[in-house]
Amino acid sequence: MFKQALRGGVHPSGFKELSNQEAIKRFPLPDTLYLSLQQHLGAPATPLVKVGDRVRKGQLVAASQGMISAPVHAPTSGRVTALAEHTAPHPSGLPVLVISLEPDGLDEWDDIEPVSDPFARDPQEICTRVGAAGIVGLGGATFPAAVKLGSSLETGVETLILNGGECEPYLTCDDRLMREKADEIIRGACLMQHAVQAKEVIIGIEDNKPEALEKMQAAAAGSGIQVKSVPSRYPMGSEKQLVQQLTGIELPARSRAAASGLVMHNVATARAVAQTIDQGRPLISRIVTLSGQALTHQGNWEVPLGTLASQLINYASGFDCKPARLIMGGPMMGIQLPNLHVPIIKGSSGILALTEEEINPTQPSPCVRCARCVQACPMGLLPLEMAANIRKGDVEAAQELGLSDCVGCGACSYTCPASLPLVHLFNYAKGELANREKEARKMKKTQVLAQRREERVARQAREREELLAARRAAAAKKAAEEAAEDNPS
Amino acid sequence: MLVSILPLAGLGGLLGLLLGVASRVLHVERSNVAVEIEELLPGTQCGQCGNPSCGAAAEACAVGELPPTFCPPGGRAVAEAIANKLGVALDASALCDEGPKLAEINEDLCIGCTRCYKVCPTDAIAGAAKQLHVVFADACTACGKCEDVCPTECIQLVPVTPTLQTWAWSEPTL
Repeated sequence: MFKQALRGGVHPSGFKELSNQEAIKRFPLPDTLYLSLQQHLGAPATPLVKVGDRVRKGQLVAASQGMISAPVHAPTSGRVTALAEHTAPHPSGLPVLVISLEPDGLDEWDDIEPVSDPFARDPQEICTRVGAAGIVGLGGATFPAAVKLGSSLETGVETLILNGGECEPYLTCDDRLMREKADEIIRGACLMQHAVQAKEVIIGIEDNKPEALEKMQAAAAGSGIQVKSVPSRYPMGSEKQLVQQLTGIELPARSRAAASGLVMHNVATARAVAQTIDQGRPLISRIVTLSGQALTHQGNWEVPLGTLASQLINYASGFDCKPARLIMGGPMMGIQLPNLHVPIIKGSSGILALTEEEINPTQPSPCVRCARCVQACPMGLLPLEMAANIRKGDVEAAQELGLSDCVGCGACSYTCPASLPLVHLFNYAKGELANREKEARKMKKTQVLAQRREERVARQAREREELLAARRAAAAKKAAEEAAEDNPS
Repeated sequence: MLVSILPLAGLGGLLGLLLGVASRVLHVERSNVAVEIEELLPGTQCGQCGNPSCGAAAEACAVGELPPTFCPPGGRAVAEAIANKLGVALDASALCDEGPKLAEINEDLCIGCTRCYKVCPTDAIAGAAKQLHVVFADACTACGKCEDVCPTECIQLVPVTPTLQTWAWSEPTL
């Protein structure tokens, strides 16, 4: 009855109308595809192909390794030309291993088999198929979908929530997908519901997407799936916020949604699941929003994974002016790209080329303790206090203030009148804490190793001593016997 | 027979008693602080601080002869822990923390002499006579002992380059 109102949040200008007017277009095949082996959270995939191999569309080219990982499939048929390092779409700009694939233009499918009558199958089988298709969270977090589905099935969940929030400004890929492929999303939702054995499914869509909401409601009619409108407020697409808005449940700090009987997936992930189960098609392409005032034409494109951002922009748009900043993902949480020579990966929801006016760069000035960040923080933290502690080098104090609950949404940085890079500070502190923990673990291990070695060295010395003593005793005994033989008297 | 056994047994007993008394009377008090500091140290007895063992270094640090930043393999983490323990301010500039390093064996120069793995305090090197030696990155503390004994100078401490998995954000300049 007393539904607690959501904390914090900001209302950045959407700029959605730049790219949501036209239908999704299909990008033709580029000259070369660069398939990154790290397109997901977790361990990188292991390549299964050699240079010179011919692969067919949808063929597995890199297998997942470890518990949390995802395989990679060939987006088209062609020849593997290289297995080398290439700049990763990552804030560090570090290289990642990529498989270079030269398309042969035939676009010839590998043998694929859809799952017939999926609702009669074991839910575990659906999860396994989703994992084998390389599906990851397409909202941008790229957590392997099968791992999430599998663990939810194990713990048992009541509600499956599909995230159609798309609260990041500029991005409209989910908006267009919901308008154009609502049936496939609903089908995917039903399949996922079966996979986790959830009792109900709720789809949350921000009220700045009325067309998408209408299409989804029409598609969901009669399926028992609820499609609900949620207020537009950043970060509504964040798991904890959307869950609270839709169900009234506030997820406890540092807990997984599954612990509260919930599991959340993106709408685009649901569509990918439907494609995999019904058509046997693995995840080999995704919808990418091209936007930003620096581009000539904005819009949404279905792009094969591994296409370079530069190839996409050269084909689809071109520049009006020199972009001041290139971003992969949304402007709030996306990553700044060093250049456009990076491949599109499973988590690339958008490529933004922003002008000087759009990013409005200002120099950071001292914090005036206005506490706007405190009002904006959706997690109820004190960004100004945490930042002050981190700046004087006391990351533990920031940790005590709840640093690990920070979701990095950027609402504080957005609202800060002093233009302080608050999220950057928090990211740095999180890395620093993780590093310290790692060092402490290594120190413990070193102590154990050093102690074991000392014990071993001491034991070996003792054993040698004993051996020598035994030999000496044997020699003395022998000498005594010989002496006794010499002097029988 | 008894003439030789009794004096020797008596001498042994007397000397033992003397040693027992001496160990009580001349017992060297080790401060608790030193013991506590030693617990924070890696315990590899690498000798990089100029002391023969981690125990001796902890002792020297406890009486103020060494700054908290004395332990090179311990790096910043250990220095901070010691400074906390002693309640002194940490002079971070004295810390020669060049970032994490690992020993690396140049495979072209290694002759398989086995000297390095015999001195490694954490058993981080595997090898056998006239076989190529390798370093276990997980166990290596970059203490440099192997570097000193290598006759062909094929072991070097190289800085660890960050990968996508280990990279972390640097501190923003403000």
